[in-house]
Amino acid sequence: MPSVTYIENNGSEHKVEVAVGLSLMEGAVNNLVPGIDADCGGACACATCHIYVDPEWQSKTGNKTDMEVTMLDFAEAAEETSRLACQIKVTEDLDGLVVRLPIAQF
Amino acid sequence: MSLADDHKADQLPGPWDLPLDTLDVSDSLLFQNELHWDYFKRLRKEDPVHFCSESAFGPFWSITKFDDIVAVDTNHKVFSSEPAIVIGDPDPEFQTSSFIASDPPVHDVQRKAATPAVAPVNLAKLEALIRTRVCTILDDLPVGETFDWVDRVSIELTTQMLATLFDFPWEDRRMLPRWSDVATSRPESSGTDAAFITEEGRKKELLECIDYFKTLWASRGENYQGTDFISLLATNPETKDLTKDPLEFLGNLILLIVGGNDTTRNSISGGVLALNQFPKEYDKLRANPDVIPNMVPEIIRWVTPLAHMRRTALEDYELGGKLIKKGDKVVMWYISGNRDEAAIDRPDEFLIDRAKARHHLSFGFGIHRCMGNRVGEMQLRILWEEILKRFEKVEVVGEPTRLRSNFVMGITELPVRLHPLKA
Repeated sequence: MPSVTYIENNGSEHKVEVAVGLSLMEGAVNNLVPGIDADCGGACACATCHIYVDPEWQSKTGNKTDMEVTMLDFAEAAEETSRLACQIKVTEDLDGLVVRLPIAQF
Repeated sequence: MSLADDHKADQLPGPWDLPLDTLDVSDSLLFQNELHWDYFKRLRKEDPVHFCSESAFGPFWSITKFDDIVAVDTNHKVFSSEPAIVIGDPDPEFQTSSFIASDPPVHDVQRKAATPAVAPVNLAKLEALIRTRVCTILDDLPVGETFDWVDRVSIELTTQMLATLFDFPWEDRRMLPRWSDVATSRPESSGTDAAFITEEGRKKELLECIDYFKTLWASRGENYQGTDFISLLATNPETKDLTKDPLEFLGNLILLIVGGNDTTRNSISGGVLALNQFPKEYDKLRANPDVIPNMVPEIIRWVTPLAHMRRTALEDYELGGKLIKKGDKVVMWYISGNRDEAAIDRPDEFLIDRAKARHHLSFGFGIHRCMGNRVGEMQLRILWEEILKRFEKVEVVGEPTRLRSNFVMGITELPVRLHPLKA
């Protein structure tokens, strides 16, 4: 299974294995990675699974839909590298991916 | 529309006694008397996307299932928030506007201007202050005698929080919940019993609200560094001229006041009531205060402080096999979706340690999702942490009095008695 590293805002790293086909949000929640709330359960509707994807991985994590762009527009501390973890499906290409979490979900 | 007592609660039919197509869930008496639960249960089962052709608020669709509500709430291109987000239409003579009842782009710029006041970074700075206030409120309560929890705790705590978020003159702070009550009292909007105020009286008080805030606004010039709502809006280039349209100014003030008032107030009262109705949950809480962060969203689901949000279809749209026509009024009943067994396990039980407690509809979803959700949660969390340090039980000793409204799920009085911690 591809391995994904989630780095909390305080620097704590969580390297976990996530099955292909699950979302990065599910990968975090299933492995009890703190800092991802995922209130809407993966519907791209709440922006509480906000993450930052390191630039070198962006070509492999796909494009944002209009709705994702809209939801991120209202998230706190959103940047160019911001994504919603529920909108990125894990593939073999993402083995070794590193994502960072914001101070808080909002 | 007149809400003169043309019918009484004890004359309301049960939901199973009526032909399905005549079922009207907009009657505010249903909510006041807690008869709405079975109405929604029937709709979820037999007609989850339900058209009511005649009601005091005109024809409207009811969306009652969790997933359908999410589908409507996240589709702001088809389902507009204009001209109103409550079931009734606005008064054409006194039509306010605000960002909750606006579509992009107006919604976006106004919301973004106000958001920093309630964002986590700002809240972290306020936490110690809120805890101090919670402690003062709790330490002043009488132990062993009956008093009204709503007035002494729910209203007082949320009013203090609001005063802080507006950087509002402290001694005048009870004007905030007054304006909130006045603003939500229009019978034509949500079936509220407005016996306490006339239409003229309501307008007069709301005009006073505008004047009061205009003065406050003028005092927060460009060099004012505050992170309160008024300073943020008054200094943002996108919103600094908001006062030029008094009804838009008022609409946004009322949005921020009501949003921070009724919701948290009734979650504070409703949580006490729920723990009394489910004593095993109270035992769990006492045994393990660490469950509080999970209990808070469960309280907010259980209470669903705002029963609905309304949209207006901008085009024909098929949902659940029904054709919603352009121009139709569409009401998302959060209070029903939060009891939908297809989305929530054992939905009719209050379970403070439930899995995925945050998966509820009370904040809405999509671009209009509640922006004050973290403030509300923080107040509830701190309040319960401090209650458990002081009292064995907040015992409900009488029937709660409920507000007559199909929008605000209000508890106006809750008699309680405090039991001190056992030595």
